[in-house]
Amino acid sequence: MYRYDEFDHRFVNERVAEFRDQVERRLTGALNEAEFKPLRLMNGLYLQLHAYMLRVAVPYGTLDSRQMRMLAHIAETWDKGYGHFTTRQNIQFNWPRLKDVPDILEALASVEMHAIQTSGNCIRNITSDPYSGVAPEEIEDPRITAEMLRQWSSLHPEFTYLGRKFKFAVTGSEHDRAAIKVHDIGIQIIRNEAGEVGYRVLVGGGLGRTPMIGKELRAFLPKADLLPYVEAALRVYNLHGRRDNKYKARIKILVHETGIDEFRAQVEHEFATMDRAAVTAPEGEMERIAAYFAPPELATKPPAPVEFERMQKLDPDFAQWVERNTYAHRVPGYAAATISLKPIGGAPGDATAEQMRVMADLAETYSVDAMRVTHEQNIVLPHVAIGDLYKLYRGLASIGLDMPNKGLVTDIIACPGLDYCALATARSIPVAQAISNRFADNKRQREIGPLSIKISGCINACGHHHIGHIGILGLDKAGVESYQITLGGESTEDARLGDRTGPGFGYDEVPGVVEKIIDTYLDLREGQRETFFQTYRRVGMEPFKEALYATAD
Amino acid sequence: MPQLIDRLGTAKDPWVTLGAEDVLPDSGAMIVPLERLAEALDAGLELGVHLPNDTDPAGLKPYFDRLSLISVGFPSFSDGRGFSIGHCLREFGFQGRLRATGPVISDQFDYLLACGFDEVSLPDSIAERQPLEHWAATPGRISLGYQRGLAGRGSILDARRAASYAAGRG
Repeated sequence: MYRYDEFDHRFVNERVAEFRDQVERRLTGALNEAEFKPLRLMNGLYLQLHAYMLRVAVPYGTLDSRQMRMLAHIAETWDKGYGHFTTRQNIQFNWPRLKDVPDILEALASVEMHAIQTSGNCIRNITSDPYSGVAPEEIEDPRITAEMLRQWSSLHPEFTYLGRKFKFAVTGSEHDRAAIKVHDIGIQIIRNEAGEVGYRVLVGGGLGRTPMIGKELRAFLPKADLLPYVEAALRVYNLHGRRDNKYKARIKILVHETGIDEFRAQVEHEFATMDRAAVTAPEGEMERIAAYFAPPELATKPPAPVEFERMQKLDPDFAQWVERNTYAHRVPGYAAATISLKPIGGAPGDATAEQMRVMADLAETYSVDAMRVTHEQNIVLPHVAIGDLYKLYRGLASIGLDMPNKGLVTDIIACPGLDYCALATARSIPVAQAISNRFADNKRQREIGPLSIKISGCINACGHHHIGHIGILGLDKAGVESYQITLGGESTEDARLGDRTGPGFGYDEVPGVVEKIIDTYLDLREGQRETFFQTYRRVGMEPFKEALYATAD
Repeated sequence: MPQLIDRLGTAKDPWVTLGAEDVLPDSGAMIVPLERLAEALDAGLELGVHLPNDTDPAGLKPYFDRLSLISVGFPSFSDGRGFSIGHCLREFGFQGRLRATGPVISDQFDYLLACGFDEVSLPDSIAERQPLEHWAATPGRISLGYQRGLAGRGSILDARRAASYAAGRG
């Protein structure tokens, strides 16, 4: 993984000192709250319903054990002993005190971490594929590009007071696990007909209150042009994006209102006329970064050790976990293992300090010290020898993180909702917990098969409900929580936005409604292999609508 | 009286800002509203113009030779269009003085300098709360940034390259 050099260290340390000074000036009144707000947001500090919340950046979700242990230390020292992994591959602490935040940032800096631009109207944490460097079909590790973008976007003087937040995602594989089509800019590493590696650039995707699928801005961008090209796109957005209405200020609205062809013409004009050489990274910089992401040296291991096969037979729970939670590594004899942070009835994405420490120990022992936070709010250990999987599994079982439910109905994404968030209009975590409890039976989950449920507690869609196979959006209807359901959303290369079933449902009704939708699917599917999403695409909304609303008529 | 601040400290503003209805004088240093630029071009003035931040900066290109100062409007500190406008004006080749006018805050000073601005003209409400020492402390607080091609602020990418050469690894 990337390691800070002297310049990165100095940058982050100077940033901590700057924030310490900003907090002091807020306390003396030199800065008023309106002025302090964007400054603290750009350091990841939100004011929530009950307290401040600090969102720490985990660039492209990559963590080592030393960093994970520091997160555990922060949770114990300055918070209530746990943290919450988010859909932007970050981690949030829900109870820090303002006066402690500079110390927390200093602790983070000591392990090459920060909270820069995890919030605010600026370029946010760059996200990527949790199977970077693992997936067999990958053209190039997308974290090289993501790290280039992280550095370029950090405290960019021109683009730190944008009209609205701005999110990048990068994938190195055609199979998109980074949801690039629902990002402000999505980047896919591709190979052109001449065999050169470069980028396909998408723009104007996003969720929130006006969800949109990204459009192609550039079919092929040479790698060397990355920084000037994104700079040109950001400049056009910064100059022309709407500032009159914060709900229409994202780049997706500009692209939509301008039209993709005209928007592209403006970006290409800026790109053609700007001083590209002044912005482009010096020769060798991308190679310097790439060296940090060279594949780890993995010892040769048998692809199917006898002991591994035997343990799967002896321990059927382990066999199920292997089936659901592991992913084939490009190196034979290895797998990427997903640690599900979705225990039955738990808050999705939460981990205690103890769980973080054990995950760090397991990563150190079994996964060359590497971990990835996924946008599905789980943790991936990317490089585990297949022969070590059982030991890893037993270690996870000791902290209650052995759920074999990756990609199943209880692997729910949920935003913090009304339990924490000042913007929320409804609860989301308790809804996730109720659904999780309803489908606790592992056999039933496996019978249902791959299914993503995503829950947002307000229209801003932090729980990505638009791209859930079943999306749940909690709203406030005259003081009562009401949950709108969407079906058929998808986040991958086949990204599409879910369709609304109809009128919303009460808080207590949601688990039953989900059950009805799933029962309808089980009745309709053509064979066990047809997934919920496939069935929905084949039969459409009608049968689901009928099942949900017919009795009410 | 707005407060003028640049890298060197506070200064008395040598420029007079002309209102929309004011009579155009025939001498002195005047910042005129954009819509009065045409009539001011031929007057014997030291000429500046105020550019609101929803205006295309390319429209000023033909007048660069005649303009000693361009003032870019910042209607609020959180409206960051002016940063790109400053950058564009420098990229178009404007060599005169570039001023940010409006309620920007001292934490933005470094960013303004990096985007090609020379000075800020602050309303009293901000200047009272944010004394000069806050502004003086800002430049260089982040000694090197990651971006290249910016005014004033050095680049980590270039420093790395230099360090690499110096170590004989270049």
